[in-house]
Amino acid sequence: MTRQDIIKPENLVYEKPRLLNENHMHYCPGCSHGVVHRIIAELIEEMGLEEKAIGVAPVGCAVFAYKYIDIDWIEAAHGRAPAIATAAKRLNPENLVFTYQGDGDLAAIGTCETIHAANRGENIAIIFINNGIYGMTGGQMAPTTLEGMKTSTTPYGRRVDLNGYPLRITDIAAQLDGTCYVTRQAVHTPAAVRKAKAAIRQAFKNSMEGRGTSFVEIVSTCSSGWKMTPEAANKWMEEHMFEKYPLGELKNTVK
Amino acid sequence: MAKVSGAVVINEERCKGCNLCVVACPTDVLALKSKEVNDRGYHFAYPANEEACIGCASCAAVCPDGCIRVYRMVEK
Amino acid sequence: MEEDVRLMKGNEAIAHAAIRYGVDGYFGYPITPQSEILETLEAEMPWETTGMVVLQAESEVAAINMVYGGASTGKAVMTSSSSPGISLKQEGISYLAATELPALIVNVMRGGPGLGTIHPSQSDYFQAVKGGGHGDYRLIVLAPSSVQEMADFVALGFDLAFKYRTPSMILADGIVGQMMEKVVLPPARPRRTAEQIAEQCPWAATGRRGGRKPNVLTSLELDSAVMEKNNERFQRTYSEIERNEVRYQEYFTDDADYLMVAFGSIARICLKSIEMARAQGIKIGLLRPITLWPFPSAEIARLSRKVKGMLVVELNAGQMIEDVKLAAAGTDVPIYHFGRMGGIVPNPDEVLAAFMKHFGNESQK
Repeated sequence: MTRQDIIKPENLVYEKPRLLNENHMHYCPGCSHGVVHRIIAELIEEMGLEEKAIGVAPVGCAVFAYKYIDIDWIEAAHGRAPAIATAAKRLNPENLVFTYQGDGDLAAIGTCETIHAANRGENIAIIFINNGIYGMTGGQMAPTTLEGMKTSTTPYGRRVDLNGYPLRITDIAAQLDGTCYVTRQAVHTPAAVRKAKAAIRQAFKNSMEGRGTSFVEIVSTCSSGWKMTPEAANKWMEEHMFEKYPLGELKNTVK
Repeated sequence: MAKVSGAVVINEERCKGCNLCVVACPTDVLALKSKEVNDRGYHFAYPANEEACIGCASCAAVCPDGCIRVYRMVEK
Repeated sequence: MEEDVRLMKGNEAIAHAAIRYGVDGYFGYPITPQSEILETLEAEMPWETTGMVVLQAESEVAAINMVYGGASTGKAVMTSSSSPGISLKQEGISYLAATELPALIVNVMRGGPGLGTIHPSQSDYFQAVKGGGHGDYRLIVLAPSSVQEMADFVALGFDLAFKYRTPSMILADGIVGQMMEKVVLPPARPRRTAEQIAEQCPWAATGRRGGRKPNVLTSLELDSAVMEKNNERFQRTYSEIERNEVRYQEYFTDDADYLMVAFGSIARICLKSIEMARAQGIKIGLLRPITLWPFPSAEIARLSRKVKGMLVVELNAGQMIEDVKLAAAGTDVPIYHFGRMGGIVPNPDEVLAAFMKHFGNESQK
């Protein structure tokens, strides 16, 4: 059996989704954003939602999400994606409307919009990338930065007496009556990727069925911001991030 | 018993050499080129040990850049 | 709904006009003196009749971003607020302008700065016509002086916003918002269908219907050369608006020796002062800009060569007078300002007294 025998169209079991276009993504090597982008593109294709999907892009590293996934996008001001998605979905209830936001965008500057959109039970999916750092602006402290974690604005490590505590905003979202599905996932192993994909599938389904707000946190790495190799970042995430941000379903009223 | 054979095709220009596919591969198929780089200067991944591939697509699942196509064939 | 003659507040007229225009969505937040707009819409429940979405947002910031989201999908959407709330909306307004999105923003002005007063003012003129938010952009700014214009400018504001793909603003004040007058409400027209929106707004994010290429609504462009091109496109649009959309009203200017320039509610008070002056044989005319941007500069320039003096009357410390002086540049006509601040509205006697202070001796010769 030669390589040429195997590489035939009928044997193809995986290729990147067509909606994830040929543009080279600007993310650093090993960045979790790329995996989540790919999952989203796969799901929109698999669920046949290409003509229904409206994504709301954040400010942060994923600001250019619209350059990579070939669907309609609205680029939000920093933190405002849930307000934008609120109107987009209310005015277009037949569409899939989702936001894609980082921890600074969602849990700092956009906390108000996040909480209130979720509390109203807007029929949107919120994809929340939590890597505990501001990537795009150069690795500053995020609301989710762990205690003791070094960033460019906590060069000696985050101190709770100075900077407060890491914010588990997903736990808050789970407490809100408007959310129907709240889960925390990761994309660092093949098994985790499968689970994260199933979670986002559920969130998209909920948006289409008008079940309320779905909130999917993806605990992620930022190897550049953390100053580690992608492999070491995954390990560090398992050892440190998961303790503060344990994976699993926090709420599901749709079952 | 049926033998499962796989093969991966890597988009070398899209690859950023993050090494996550290398780590994810259960049969140690993949490696990064040690000297050769792509147009953007990355040591890209390649199937160094291609006979071992079982086409499980673990590498593709964790690839942040959608670089990997996976083929699988079951020999009767 | 047929055409209807009603007695109502200016704020209520805006709400009714919005429903009748076929507005798709209103997103607001309570603040005096404009809360009747949201209250009226909630009481009218247009979602039961036209399908219009009405939502009380968690903040002015959220409300303007809801407008941004709705406008991005090609819908006719609006928000309203008063001065402090409009300050909060400036970020979103800048994004709307930069993304070339049509939308209507209503500012029922109160006195500032800061929390200021809930009483009427026109002290947001600069903010409305000179930008307000960051970057080189303009808003089409309409200044109503009656409840009828409050109603009419909803349609005008949206029509211009969609024609030029740029946000427009109704810059009212607490008097026009709160006073009751007769108003003729236009007959209702249906909201646009998805097909009509797709045709009118081929740029809208609606999902890639029919597999068309993706529509991306963004104001971000890191390539400076492209960003400059974008800015040049905005400026071309603004030039076109300046050529086509200047609106104003003149009163007694044909034989005027002097000119008052005033907008909004205070223009009506000026008109009364002018009647009083004319009874004494003093010929004053009034120019009332309806569009504050684009500003009726050419007409003011023409009149400035005809009259012996000009008085700009505003409910502020002197803002529009800067544009009047620019328009009259090159003439030596004396131009003075009279204004009250902090929510004080002068009566016609006071306005006339201000005129007489500057021009009394010569005008009575």
